[in-house]
Amino acid sequence: MIGETVLEVRDLHTHFFLRRGVVKAVDGVSFSLRRGEVLGLVGESGCGKSLTALSLMRLLPKGGARTIKGEVLLDGENILERTPAEMREIRGRRISMVLQDPQTSLNPVFSIGDQLREAIERRQRGTRAEVMKEAVAALRRVEIAAPEQRIGQYPHQMSGGMKQRVVGAIAISGEPAVLIADEPTTALDVTIQLQYLKLLKRLQAETGMAILFITHDFGVVGRMCDRVAVMYAGRIVECGPVRQIFEAPQHPYTRALIASVPKMSGPIGRLTTIEGQPPSLMDLPVGCRFASRCALVEQRCLDAYPGTVRVGEEHTADCWKVVPR
Amino acid sequence: MTSEPLLRVEGLRKHFALTKGILFARTLGYIKAVDDVSFEIRAGETLGLVGESGCGKTTTSRMILNLETPTEGRILLEDEPIQGLQGAALSAYRAKVQAVFQDPWSSLNPRMKVGRTIAESLIVNASGDRAWGDPARIDGRVRELLLQVGLRPEQAQQYPHEFSGGQRQRVALAAALASRPKLIVLDEPVSALDVSIRAQMMNLLKDIQAEDDVAYLLVAHDLATVRHMADHVVVMYLGKIVEQAPTVSLFADVRHPYTKALFSAVLVAGPNRHENEIELKGEVPSPLDPPAGCRFHTRCPYVMPRCSLQEPALREVSPGHAVACHLFDDA
Repeated sequence: MIGETVLEVRDLHTHFFLRRGVVKAVDGVSFSLRRGEVLGLVGESGCGKSLTALSLMRLLPKGGARTIKGEVLLDGENILERTPAEMREIRGRRISMVLQDPQTSLNPVFSIGDQLREAIERRQRGTRAEVMKEAVAALRRVEIAAPEQRIGQYPHQMSGGMKQRVVGAIAISGEPAVLIADEPTTALDVTIQLQYLKLLKRLQAETGMAILFITHDFGVVGRMCDRVAVMYAGRIVECGPVRQIFEAPQHPYTRALIASVPKMSGPIGRLTTIEGQPPSLMDLPVGCRFASRCALVEQRCLDAYPGTVRVGEEHTADCWKVVPR
Repeated sequence: MTSEPLLRVEGLRKHFALTKGILFARTLGYIKAVDDVSFEIRAGETLGLVGESGCGKTTTSRMILNLETPTEGRILLEDEPIQGLQGAALSAYRAKVQAVFQDPWSSLNPRMKVGRTIAESLIVNASGDRAWGDPARIDGRVRELLLQVGLRPEQAQQYPHEFSGGQRQRVALAAALASRPKLIVLDEPVSALDVSIRAQMMNLLKDIQAEDDVAYLLVAHDLATVRHMADHVVVMYLGKIVEQAPTVSLFADVRHPYTKALFSAVLVAGPNRHENEIELKGEVPSPLDPPAGCRFHTRCPYVMPRCSLQEPALREVSPGHAVACHLFDDA
């Protein structure tokens, strides 16, 4: 069931301040996420989707990245204003994250049990036996077979799919209201990917957490998401319910992107392509960022960035050419 | 379309010994990475080799590239066995069979201008042709190759870091095309690329095939890519071929339970209906100790008693469409 808004992001700007100039990687991103909902954040490499997630977690990479503007409201509270110590209490308990590569998310020299214990002990104190029992339960929740044996094992003794389950168990052990999943299945095989996605859905049904699902794969979007936000060059260019995004995409970029995906049915012909490259994030055009690659480009597209236009029920697009509804 | 196969693979096996110790190494067992695989590729055609990690598709392609020696079986290019090729004959083989790998970031030398990378492939593979000592002729061919892959000739003077992922993959393709090969092994050529760039690369590969009549062995895990690129498909599981068919008939009529599960795990770009989804339980068993009988029986939703006892043979169920499964024993 989809409930009230738990996370609201307003006009988020995260830039890299480098000696060569300013890279506007996230440049005015706004969206909201409701309880029990999966919002997909889709886009190509370098569009700013992962940096958006790291901005929400306040885990920006060292070396000049700063969130300079915007609000991240978690249950109405702007977490961008919290101190680092307060943030440590928020991470894991109220907002959590699963990364793409389970190999690097787990520490290779500690056992699975130790790593789970660390997460559990941050939430509740208890005797070693109690915590271990809790850890076994956490592994059982992510459907790892024979958790009592697995708990003493090290990451290298597990397969990629299994490791990603352990990462999931750690991420949800604090029962967060929001889970950010950044391409969690990209490193997995297709049959294992399906297992993992179904597991996430089941866990969501149990806990009611909201999921921000970052991916570049429209297949995963179709399977997982209730709503989709499409990012291009640091901005969300279209956002709407998954069915409408697939069946009636409004922004020319979304349309071209969906058309360029090879299909499993229908005619096999030449694939639609998007010519050219995204603009440099150090030197963004004043107008629409997609204008240089857009087939429908007009003078006004080059002159000014289009506003966010409502094009349907909960459906918006940033384009001069769409028809407001 | 020619009827003679360009490349024939017959009963190919590759077993890697798993050893313990250094000086007095003991063999603990064998990993049967590829176990009795046979197929053919015709000139100008694309064969898609599909399966999950560890199914043996990369080992198979490495044997075809002569980077691994088969434990058993033969590979024949234009009816000539490739095992034991040496000297000039080996160079000639390498010129005829080229490769493009998945990661365009690691397959190009970062300290070499891309024109030089392409020229080097030309010189190395020109086996005995003295004319390739002539710089003007090399430059001419490099220009021609860059144009063919959709880059500008003056980009020969740039270094790999100046290119995007898609452009680097084009450079890798130009280097592979330099010696006018008959077969190019494409190991996941588009999976590292973004969606919009992926489509450009796939179109380019098809255009080049139409122009040059080059055959492709496409190693891929994405079935939609294979559907758009390949004429024939071979599906592998734990070192064995489980299903083999022309692409059109495979996509119209999937037979093997593993292939069915693989198809059902493909997430269609669209609002999904997933009533008939097959979720495979568990993971691929270790190739060190593959299950007896049919290797898929531990995860198969249609498993029968004989599946764990007897290994199913690959048999034809309709013209060109072969399946290794006991469900089709009476077919």
